[in-house]
Amino acid sequence: MADKMTVSHLNAYFGDHLAIKDITLGIAEHKVTAIIGPSGCGKSTLVRCLNRMHEVIPGARAEGEVTLDGANIYGAGVDPVQVRRSIGMVFQKPAPFPTMSIEDNVAAGLTLNGVAPSRPEKARIVERSLRQAALWDEVKDSLRQPGTSLSGGQQQRLCVARALAVEPEVLLMDEPCSALDPISTARIEELLLELKANYTIAIVTHNMQQAARCSDFTAFMFQGTLIEFGDTNQIFTNPSRRETEDYITGRFG
Amino acid sequence: MDNSHAQHTNKQYEEELRDLRADLVKMGGLVERQIADAVDSLVNRDSNQAREIIARDVEVNRMDVQIDDHCIRLVALHQPAASDLRFITTGLKITTDLERIGDNAVNICERAIELNDEPILKPYIDIPRMAQIAQEMLKASIDAFVGGDVDLAQSVIERDDEVDQLNYQIYRELLSYMAEDPTSIGRATRILFISKYLERIADHATNIAEMVVYMVQGRNVRHQVKQ
Repeated sequence: MADKMTVSHLNAYFGDHLAIKDITLGIAEHKVTAIIGPSGCGKSTLVRCLNRMHEVIPGARAEGEVTLDGANIYGAGVDPVQVRRSIGMVFQKPAPFPTMSIEDNVAAGLTLNGVAPSRPEKARIVERSLRQAALWDEVKDSLRQPGTSLSGGQQQRLCVARALAVEPEVLLMDEPCSALDPISTARIEELLLELKANYTIAIVTHNMQQAARCSDFTAFMFQGTLIEFGDTNQIFTNPSRRETEDYITGRFG
Repeated sequence: MDNSHAQHTNKQYEEELRDLRADLVKMGGLVERQIADAVDSLVNRDSNQAREIIARDVEVNRMDVQIDDHCIRLVALHQPAASDLRFITTGLKITTDLERIGDNAVNICERAIELNDEPILKPYIDIPRMAQIAQEMLKASIDAFVGGDVDLAQSVIERDDEVDQLNYQIYRELLSYMAEDPTSIGRATRILFISKYLERIADHATNIAEMVVYMVQGRNVRHQVKQ
């Protein structure tokens, strides 16, 4: 099975501080890869390096290589905006644009990318994205309502729809369920399983059971390094590293 | 990987796992004694002792249910992973094997009571030997479980053949008794049953040892064809 993305010898800094050290791993195509680890281990920094979001923070930089379909996204002349279009991201707190309606929220990425779709084209993209995000049936009669009128779980699916509208190839999710109740969480997890047929997904999660439930591969990070990376089933039943064992069995610190 | 190197952050969970281990060891000890006493009641032709052993099986059954409940509760409440998960699932399976061994001890007592009502067919020589090995295997399998000792578990698995051979030897011997004297058939059949029960006990001890290998190494060695 092919890797959609590869990370080789990636270092990421905040100023002088080396936040992640020499990370090498592959993100398999049409699979869900989970990144777990204690707070501050660098897992969010790692996913943010996967679509060049890390460098947006003042003083932050990354070195090493990250490829998408074999091409280095940190290569000379690569436009980070284009990278982020191919590799979308959903964040921890659902953040729909507060002044925008549901449909405008979904289409926001297109507009921001300088694409002005025709009205029927926009309607088509909005419906497709909302359907893929499993939100269509709940909002199809209220597309003109503000995005913020939705529940937290619906808002998060709206953010997924917004990320999908620009037809990315990879979807990065940084703790997408940490602000959601268990039912909304289950809907997002179910969504992941549906989406991986068409997308490649990497998800950062604090919830180990979530990683166990919905990922195919799991990466365990600790203090900025990748301790173990492998098949999720193996990581959760028989990890090979002591640090992984301690973390997933709750023996940490 | 053994799971004794560090304590859980959650102290109550840590204690519950310790209790589970202690209960399994206790149940193992109880069942070990049931086998030893059952064979004693046969060799000494003591039907009263046999009846006492049968009555004690209630305690084995009670522990089986208690350990089962405990394992299920741990899974439901703590979502165990890795070595904890392997330890708890091993506990779930071991308790079933121990309970079956307890049932086999009861079966030995039932046959002993029947045999004690009739004249002795022959002195028991191979049956106590077989019982001794089966008991040692059970003890070693429980010790391997407690210590996470894969080598010890492996030695239990290897000893199963010894018991199988004794079982066959007893079968051949009893067959010759039955061929010579048809009035011995009733008693010989009962002794044959006892031999089979002991052979089953050794099989259960082997199952426990195989689960210990899984618990420690995450490697499944069950149902492998011996070289």
